[in-house]
Amino acid sequence: MKFSTLEQIIACCREDQVTIGQLMLNEQIKETGKSRDETFKQMADYYGIMKEAVHRGIHDPVPSKSGLTGGDAVRVHQYMSSGVPALGTDACTALAYALSVSEVNASMGRIVATPTAGSCGIIPGVFVSTQERFGWEDEHLVMGLFSAGAIGYVIANNSFISGAEGGCQAEVGSAIGMAAGALTELRGGTPEQAVHAVGLALKNSLGLICDPVGGLVEIPCIVRNGFGAVTALAASDMALAGVRSVIPSDEVIDVMLEVGTAMPSKHRETAKGGLAQTPTGKKILKDLYGKEGKKLREKGAKAKKEETSD
Amino acid sequence: MRFKDVFSIIGPSMVGPSSSHTAGAVRIGRAARRIFGAFPDQAEIVFYGSFAETYRGHGTDLAVVGGLLDFATDDMRIRNSIELAEAAGIELTFKTAQNVAFHPNTVELRLKGGDHTDVIAGASIGGGSVEMLRVNGFDVKFTMNYPVLLVFHDDTPGMVAHITRLLEAGGVNIAYMDVDRKGRGGDAMTVVESDEAVPAELMKHIEGLPSVHRVVIADLTVEEAQS
Repeated sequence: MKFSTLEQIIACCREDQVTIGQLMLNEQIKETGKSRDETFKQMADYYGIMKEAVHRGIHDPVPSKSGLTGGDAVRVHQYMSSGVPALGTDACTALAYALSVSEVNASMGRIVATPTAGSCGIIPGVFVSTQERFGWEDEHLVMGLFSAGAIGYVIANNSFISGAEGGCQAEVGSAIGMAAGALTELRGGTPEQAVHAVGLALKNSLGLICDPVGGLVEIPCIVRNGFGAVTALAASDMALAGVRSVIPSDEVIDVMLEVGTAMPSKHRETAKGGLAQTPTGKKILKDLYGKEGKKLREKGAKAKKEETSD
Repeated sequence: MRFKDVFSIIGPSMVGPSSSHTAGAVRIGRAARRIFGAFPDQAEIVFYGSFAETYRGHGTDLAVVGGLLDFATDDMRIRNSIELAEAAGIELTFKTAQNVAFHPNTVELRLKGGDHTDVIAGASIGGGSVEMLRVNGFDVKFTMNYPVLLVFHDDTPGMVAHITRLLEAGGVNIAYMDVDRKGRGGDAMTVVESDEAVPAELMKHIEGLPSVHRVVIADLTVEEAQS
């Protein structure tokens, strides 16, 4: 890849007179030696899987494998159809769609990691709802996925995209940044505006811990995907309105690395802290695994003690 | 760069719920299966770090075993992989352990079949991307994003040159390479990730080199491009 920062993406787009999506597609072809058609088709197939996941959980509840969650996408979708959501219909649709994909994920259904499974609802939620609103062809959205991929590539290589390494900011945060930047480009924004959208979005999730209850990608992951889709819309609107990220977006990515590296292990997907270790979180764990749950909880408590005695 | 291309960010297509704890784990299991060369009779699977804490909730055990069954990350049979593997005659053991030197999402597979044993460890670094870390005590890194050639040999002068000369003659371009040895003049290992698949005939030539004990090719690229 001829870019490793967001600034370099802007420079490359200017030099080659291309969008971020086109730049990513060109670079991908160079990297893999595969044809344009084959590369585009793989991404188009992924978009098809995302759409299927969006629609699976909207009308019928998709219970998670643990039975703890499921049906929230249906609730929001029904509420939206019968009431007046504070968000307005468009943002509320993105919210419902993001919840749906995350619920499909928790049910061990088929999704596409964007960039991870824990954050797999945000990009489909934003993309599919916006496609319906503006009547875009699939091809436009597929190029948007290349654009999101370019942004994610920079974040992943300069910081991280897994909760175990950098907390929820690295997963849900990255996905929001990717969705915000890509949407800005899809709506006709310049590469500069798209990159500002990334920085604006990432700043809003810095420090977010990964504290899955019972160690499952359900609580709070599913609702955070819903919130994430709405936040991406907001960041994109700000960027298109001309709001800039005063701290350059590449520097915000460095902050994500700094914050994630400093984050204690108990807040990085180990389920030893945060919501996972609340009285209710612990009860859920116990109910899920019985004896084994007890063992895990004791380990968690021990870790807590060690960390507080530092 | 830890992440090499756009499909390590958008993708893989997978069965939930976690790209690092499920999809990445499938790919590590599948890599181990390919290196081992067959479906093993016994597998001891050791989870480290975050894997050790949360592997049940994420179905990491199902995922690794799905990989041993050579399933792709989006194969719906992963949900029942342990049953399927046991029906196929494997003896499975799951353990947890700690090793602060390892990445937080690491799994080690001890695979046995006949008189053959391989011990293979890999880390799931996010979004379904993996970093294989260790093979039979050799610290070598490779990603499974490329066809990978593993050569077990003696630590003698010119081994790398012999291998690379054969690859050059076969028209295979080296993308990344890693070498480790257990001691001077002792057992050594060379790992080559290449842009092109290594043809079977070329593999035979490498096997024929003096001081080479074993050659393995593990290639997930063809199947993964289709999924």
